[in-house]
Amino acid sequence: MSRPQPLGGPIWTKPFTVFAVFAAIGLTLIAIRFIYGLGAITNMSNGYPMGLWIVFDLVIGTAFACGGYALAITVYIANRWEYHDLVRPALMTSVFGYTLGGIAVLLDLGRYWNAYNIFLPWQVNPNSVMLELAVCVLLYIGVLWLEFLPTLLEKLGFKKGLHFVNHLLFVFIALGVWLPTMHQSSMGSMLIALGTKISPLWQTDLLPLLFLLSALIMGFSVVIFEGALSAMGFWKPMETPLFIRLARIIRWVLAAFLIIRLSDLIGRGYFGLAFNGDLRGNMFLLETALFALPLYILASYKHRENRQMLFIAASSMLFAGIVLRFNAFLVGFSPRPGYVYFPAATEIMVSIGMISLEILAFLYFVKRFPVLSFGEHQTKTAQ
Amino acid sequence: MSLNRRNFLKLTGGAAVLGAAGTAEARPNKEPSPDAVGMLYDATICIGCKACMAGCKEANDMPIDSNLAEPGQPPIWDTPVDISDKTLNIIKVYKQGAAEVKDREFNGFSFIKRHCMHCVDASCISVCPVNAMRKNPVTGVVTYHPEVCIGCRYCAFACPFNVPAYEFEKPLGQIRKCQFCDHRLKQGQLPGCVEHCPTGASLFGSRTQILEEARRRLSMRPGEEYEYPMQTVDSPHKHVATVKQYQNHIYGEKEGGGTQVMMLAAVPYEKLGLPNLPEKSAASRSETVQHAVYRGFMAPTLLLIFLLYITSKTVRREQHEEERKQLEEE
Repeated sequence: MSRPQPLGGPIWTKPFTVFAVFAAIGLTLIAIRFIYGLGAITNMSNGYPMGLWIVFDLVIGTAFACGGYALAITVYIANRWEYHDLVRPALMTSVFGYTLGGIAVLLDLGRYWNAYNIFLPWQVNPNSVMLELAVCVLLYIGVLWLEFLPTLLEKLGFKKGLHFVNHLLFVFIALGVWLPTMHQSSMGSMLIALGTKISPLWQTDLLPLLFLLSALIMGFSVVIFEGALSAMGFWKPMETPLFIRLARIIRWVLAAFLIIRLSDLIGRGYFGLAFNGDLRGNMFLLETALFALPLYILASYKHRENRQMLFIAASSMLFAGIVLRFNAFLVGFSPRPGYVYFPAATEIMVSIGMISLEILAFLYFVKRFPVLSFGEHQTKTAQ
Repeated sequence: MSLNRRNFLKLTGGAAVLGAAGTAEARPNKEPSPDAVGMLYDATICIGCKACMAGCKEANDMPIDSNLAEPGQPPIWDTPVDISDKTLNIIKVYKQGAAEVKDREFNGFSFIKRHCMHCVDASCISVCPVNAMRKNPVTGVVTYHPEVCIGCRYCAFACPFNVPAYEFEKPLGQIRKCQFCDHRLKQGQLPGCVEHCPTGASLFGSRTQILEEARRRLSMRPGEEYEYPMQTVDSPHKHVATVKQYQNHIYGEKEGGGTQVMMLAAVPYEKLGLPNLPEKSAASRSETVQHAVYRGFMAPTLLLIFLLYITSKTVRREQHEEERKQLEEE
């Protein structure tokens, strides 16, 4: 195994400048939101009271950031240390992904100055899925930063602090598996209270299980996806053998997801809705196809060995998770009659600005902090 | 995988977590308070005068809701198209074909009043993370408390009637909804809409009285004359009108676990925009699932203990090995 190394090199590259511009636009719009209110830059309405920021930045964004969660289960719980090299980069995207998800919620809260109430035991409502979600996500953001702390301390040379954090690391890691298990499933539970406002194609008591499994699938996929992108972007060899073995694990989660999803739909007697030919039916078919395609690809040993195929499978699973979440929250949602929702350009620019911020942070950290480790041979020549 | 000690512990740990999760019981629908207040809206005697809307605006000090204002000029007419953050109560119209006869489904029309239904088992209360939506334990009125509300709008997202409305146009907006004129009830007054209704189409009473009155109307023959009480069920003031052919169903008796505002109409309720809801409340379904996982925090606690046990072994062993390697290198 190789030790993680800072990549080095200049920070202000051309792509960095482009992302910085998007981030600046996003931050400007956020200022406008706070001065003039949510209506000034979003298309949310009382027909669609939750929009892009919750569905994309929080629900999809944090599922995207489940790489740290998926790998923590693989490495620390299933005790597969061969994947340890993948943990740090995955953890770092989780840190930024979740932090930005948390910030998105703060932007979206209509009465953000009252947000502290979720921490007052006498004020909270334990029946609320939103409470569990809010508390768990906030705690997890903290835990992620603590898990990421060794990387920072290593670079800054705080030996004493590093020793102390490492001593307690097992607690942070246990919490880091515990919290996402709860809140990723709660993202699905959130919709159960909407009852008939969600189409039977997505409304089921099994939503928490489906959201948890698909978050795991997305977590594993994002590790492969980002590994491939990093390898391309920084001209380093890809950790293909590790990814191939990881793909073998994903197969089982994927198969479990599809079996539960389809048997639940058939059991409730709503499978026919998939073939109505309307938007909801077609979006369900697209979602299911995106989950089924990678299962087909990964079933074959030959395909798993193939880098392109592996990349296609990972991308397909990520899209599947995105489409599932968009479908459940927006396509399958019956708004107040007469209302339509498509996010405003300014609303989208805020989300793009947030992602740009995340990429800026990623670029900065991999270049200055020991995050990425590539193949054994590469690190030696780099030294 | 051989059944050594660690694998055995993993299996039993997992089974314990699943077992704890599976023991919770289903939460039934909530029951109405015996002293719950109620309101009956009878579309067949509503004349569409909208006095209730004006009464509501006045009683709740709500602004004009207009889309007809000249640019730069203050609005003159109150012309809301739906309930919103400016309009808590609205009379809407159903029209079909030639719209010739009132209270007829085809080539007819009907009015319908829309505002908070004050659900017996309200979703907005179940989903609010900070108890900003509360149900009065006696009257059952669902009130909103902006001083703790965080503005997440989960109430608006979850409400089967799409009632709670956030003030999107304000930098420091709040949720607005009909609160049954709770401030007036406390002073012994009637809700603004009921007080201003000239025909008794909006009628106040206890939920039990309202249900009795609704059942009485359903048992009457169309064409009969009936003395419709005005303002309150037991009022001496009556308004004589001909009984129409009602839909044989009291909307709100069972819908979504029952509501405290109930409707009677001659046109099918779905055509009037009232959702077709199952008798089991969505709140009870959601809380059943949530409690199955979180009751007494048992399952999560077991899971955490289990995770801590495993990571204390795996992470520490790996750390020791790394330290040993580093020492060897040095």
